[in-house]
Amino acid sequence: MISEGSSFVKGMAMGAVFCLLLSILGSFSPNVPGSSDPEEEHHHHHVIAPNTKDMQELSQAEMVELSQKVRVYCLIMVTPKVLVHWAAANSTWAKHCDKAAYYTSESSKAMDAIDLKESDEWARIRVALKHAYENAGDMRWFFMARPTTFAIIENLKYLILDKDPSQPFYLGRSQKSGELEYVEFDSGIVFSYDALRRLMDILKNDDLCPARGRAIWKVSEEKQLAICLKYAGVYAENGEDAHGLSLFNSQSISTLITDSISKNPDKVLESCCSDMAISFSGLSPNQMQVMMYGVYRLRPYGHDFHDSMIFLPPKGSDND
Amino acid sequence: MSPGNKEETGGEREVMKSHGSRCLFFLGFIVGSCTLYLLQLVWFEHPGLILQPQGAGNTTLSKDWRAEGAALINLRHPKKQGKDSHVADELYKKVRILCWVMTAPKNHQTKALHVKATWSRRCNRVVFMSSVNDPNLPAVGLGTGEGRHKLYWKTIRAFHYILEKHGDEADWFLKADDDTFVAVDNLRWILSNHTPAQPVYFGKHFKLHVKQGFMSGGAGYVLSKEALQRYVKAFSTKMCTHTSPEEDVALARCMEKIGVRPGDSRDTLHRDTFHPLAPEFHLTRKFDKTHWYWMENFHRPAEGPQCCSDLAVSFHYVDSVLMQTLEYFTNHLRPWGYRYRYRPSPPLVGLVGPVKT
Repeated sequence: MISEGSSFVKGMAMGAVFCLLLSILGSFSPNVPGSSDPEEEHHHHHVIAPNTKDMQELSQAEMVELSQKVRVYCLIMVTPKVLVHWAAANSTWAKHCDKAAYYTSESSKAMDAIDLKESDEWARIRVALKHAYENAGDMRWFFMARPTTFAIIENLKYLILDKDPSQPFYLGRSQKSGELEYVEFDSGIVFSYDALRRLMDILKNDDLCPARGRAIWKVSEEKQLAICLKYAGVYAENGEDAHGLSLFNSQSISTLITDSISKNPDKVLESCCSDMAISFSGLSPNQMQVMMYGVYRLRPYGHDFHDSMIFLPPKGSDND
Repeated sequence: MSPGNKEETGGEREVMKSHGSRCLFFLGFIVGSCTLYLLQLVWFEHPGLILQPQGAGNTTLSKDWRAEGAALINLRHPKKQGKDSHVADELYKKVRILCWVMTAPKNHQTKALHVKATWSRRCNRVVFMSSVNDPNLPAVGLGTGEGRHKLYWKTIRAFHYILEKHGDEADWFLKADDDTFVAVDNLRWILSNHTPAQPVYFGKHFKLHVKQGFMSGGAGYVLSKEALQRYVKAFSTKMCTHTSPEEDVALARCMEKIGVRPGDSRDTLHRDTFHPLAPEFHLTRKFDKTHWYWMENFHRPAEGPQCCSDLAVSFHYVDSVLMQTLEYFTNHLRPWGYRYRYRPSPPLVGLVGPVKT
């Protein structure tokens, strides 16, 4: 009996050790050698939108220069199976990107998109980011999203207004998985030019950043991306407003509000939803049309914000 | 023979023992790895940023409102940092609106509360009208029963009560349901081009049943002071009576009799401001030309984005979640720096100087 019991215990101990080993191998956080370059000092964890007062002190010329600097290249990852989502993004929020490029898994006549000729999503992301980096022209900010995400690009520009794109920024709604901090794909991922530059370098290294995931089980694309970026010295950061509310949301407004009504019935909106929110996710095409109206049109008469920068409505559009 | 047997059975027992302990080892292995896996999940994964709301809840509401009997008086027009609201503030003083909200006891703690927490804060006065008194909301008990057939009774009594108790406190008198969302600042913009001495009322105009048409009850309608005075007087002279339970049509019939004309509440691009349905319907639905909405509209309706003015006044069939969502869209969420496409010129009524009546 005792010997049987000890076998069981030995088995348990071995199993536990085995499991630990597996998880360590799966989400290995590397020790990136500390760089002597002072530019590498990038210690923010929470990225906050700039202070209005600081913004109002800028001159007209500075503002014009800034408006060029914050232009955004949107990468929208689509599949022909859900054509209706491509059409929805195309006719709604993507019109506010300075450039919107659609990257698809396979070409389709109905959809104006760049065919990546890759069936694996991680492979598509690598190719798409490379294509965006090479075709950015002088744009310095990138926003990668699925077509079921709704993004308010003007608010994204406000967030990055005082951030330097020659620094490595990789931000959105950050989450932690074990020791790995990553940005959720659903709520959109923001990259600065420098973050992509470093990513391009690390993608060439098949040991650190393989084309196929190296863990024994498949790691999600968003985590795989975070792992590669971490090797390149780029860390995930959470985009929030001055009250600490997340600007990037992985749910729709109705879901957020429904939750808030039950959790904080006295302060429903103040606890869930920022005035300067950047993204919401899980929206149907009809809901996107309602968002366009709610964000870009519906407002109360007689209030003005005197924002220090002006973004004009896109040409040839009537739902914003 | 017996020692040999013993040896054999002993040998067998040992074989069985090692087989058994191997099984146990495997079992232990599986149990051990599963346990550690679960432990890791619990240990490392913690929830994302969950914010605690700052400050107390109820005190803010009581700082904003003073209750006077059953009416809630707006003490503090909701203000926002960094927002220049001087035009809206001027209109607030010049175009005084009393909002009365038709509700029922079963909705006092649900729908009515959401109305109280959201759009009604922008009215100069708000009164919740119900069949039963409720000091907690507060709601006025009109002494009617509940049900669709009581709607016009409630309306008649509500307007009588309002004129008697609050007639001097406002220039315009809005009726809304507890599932109507109203952008009160936009209503002020519409009304600023008219005077309360005119016998006029505004809403979502339909053409059937009454010669001059009627205003949809659910989309909300607003009476000028003159219209309200004529309406109440008409009941004492019996010119108007309770003709039918259909509140909006019956009211319109009375309005026609007493010379109160229906106004045009559309914006400068002839787009509707009062809406009898929820935004998703108006913005995305393709109406069959035999649909009542298409057939009964007083003016030619539009589909798609031009259905609705940027400066919309109301939407109907709005549940609690949509109520908070519309409040979020209207008064909170905005695109930084965006220059709106529709920028109408200021109202004709000068904002400097008194409103001429």
